[in-house]
Amino acid sequence: MRRMPGRAAAERRGWLAAHKWLLARRASQAAVFGLFLLGPLAGVWILRGNLSSSVVLGTVPLTDPFLLLQTLLAGHAPELTALAGGALVLAFYLLLGGRVYCAWVCPLNPVTDLAAWLRQRLGLGGGGGRLDPRLRWALLAAALGGAALTGTALWELVNPVSIVQRGIIFFLAPAAWVALAVFLFDLLVVPRGWCGRLCPAGAFWGVVGQAAVLRVTAPHRERCDRCMDCYAACPEPQVIRPALEGPGAPLVASGMCTNCGRCIDVCPQDVFRFGTRFHGKTMTAGLPGGREETT
Amino acid sequence: MARAAGHRRRSERRRFLKELARLAAVAGLAGLGLAGHGRAVQARPAQALRPPGALPERAFLGACLRCGLCVRACPYDTLRLATATGPVAPGTPYFIAREVPCEMCEDIPCVAACPSGALDPGLRDIDKARMGVAVLVDQESCLNWRGLRCDVCYRVCPLIDEAITLEPQHNRRTGRHAIFAPTVHADRCTGCGKCEHACVLEEAAIKVLPERLARGRLGRHYRLGWEEKAKAGGPLVPGLIDLPDRVPGGMP
Repeated sequence: MRRMPGRAAAERRGWLAAHKWLLARRASQAAVFGLFLLGPLAGVWILRGNLSSSVVLGTVPLTDPFLLLQTLLAGHAPELTALAGGALVLAFYLLLGGRVYCAWVCPLNPVTDLAAWLRQRLGLGGGGGRLDPRLRWALLAAALGGAALTGTALWELVNPVSIVQRGIIFFLAPAAWVALAVFLFDLLVVPRGWCGRLCPAGAFWGVVGQAAVLRVTAPHRERCDRCMDCYAACPEPQVIRPALEGPGAPLVASGMCTNCGRCIDVCPQDVFRFGTRFHGKTMTAGLPGGREETT
Repeated sequence: MARAAGHRRRSERRRFLKELARLAAVAGLAGLGLAGHGRAVQARPAQALRPPGALPERAFLGACLRCGLCVRACPYDTLRLATATGPVAPGTPYFIAREVPCEMCEDIPCVAACPSGALDPGLRDIDKARMGVAVLVDQESCLNWRGLRCDVCYRVCPLIDEAITLEPQHNRRTGRHAIFAPTVHADRCTGCGKCEHACVLEEAAIKVLPERLARGRLGRHYRLGWEEKAKAGGPLVPGLIDLPDRVPGGMP
């Protein structure tokens, strides 16, 4: 029997407890799109627009800072509405973690999560490494540099994230093909290929997340028995090791962590918690295997 | 010892530079591909018109956030968002005049809804909008040009007698009737597309085209003699002999 991350935790703490952050994320994603769709479907306009830019209850503007940055580099001086909206969204993610967007809002997250889950179920292997995860920095540079050099928001011509979210909110059928392409890419070509290796929006949010306040912490890392479930479940497994094995505070410090909370869910030893970047620093929990922390 | 450390540092630096160069190459290639695609998209199909107040296409593609707020604000469902597979840049708003023309709302809700200024908030008078220019592209099938009194494009024009006028001229087919030629005046036409939408033919004889396709332009060095003469208050070359004009016999 293949070891599925989360099964041990579910046996120990119950299915619901071992899936609570996953369910919360699905609820969050559904709520975001539900609020947008209430307008066209029921005439209740709580959120108008789409994830690129929107208006809450006809008053509060929200704008995607990554897109705003592209238009700024393209040489356009946006109206105050868009700038204010961008500042609001940026402040929100600086608090909760940049890539909270990826795990809690982005419509491609359930798609790539499904691909990753299927990969594990079907035993397609999670190896990967066939694409350098730093490629996303190259794509981020291409998106921003391209905007600056051509004066148009180049990345938006192909950006699957915005194509899919817009497709859902405005009922544009071809977006389904784009989502399917990303799904097949992740399932058959490169594990965690899109979100973990290529997406420049994820890279952008990773930079924001570097400074974010909300963090996954490992206050009970001495309990870790190296079952590797968290690594198997994590969409960015490289971020876990420093928190778990030190040196340094028991804190996921990398901005690439999406704060998806999957490690908290799947850990049978209940090692992880959500915390802030500050209280992780002052903790001096013992390291697994009896080693003492030196910092 | 120090030499070994120096050697390690150098090889690390070399690896770092190599990786940096690789990533830069990928970024360059991706950017190049995107830029090529971007150029193709800038040649938007002629029948896809931008909303009122839209910046020139290139600037528009740099400014538009693809949020669809203008589409949501349009009370007549004229505007739509381009799909990922169509010829118009994905997520940008456009309309097809033959299907649903712009109704030229006085409060211009689409412009008011635009958060980025891709639709210029300086546009306050919808009559000043320039979404395109109507062109009577096919005189041969136009009913008015055949001597009939269709007049539909003229009647539906929100700027009737300004943007479209009927210019009477002799009907040589019957010899004794008039042709009322629908004539577009580009300096007043907003490009709303009501004329194209209303044209009774199976394929419209009058079409709204983007300005770059619809209009000619005089060379900048060109001067019209009679205008210069009026400006100067007399002939520009003093003492020029004015010979009598030769006109065909019978003309006044």
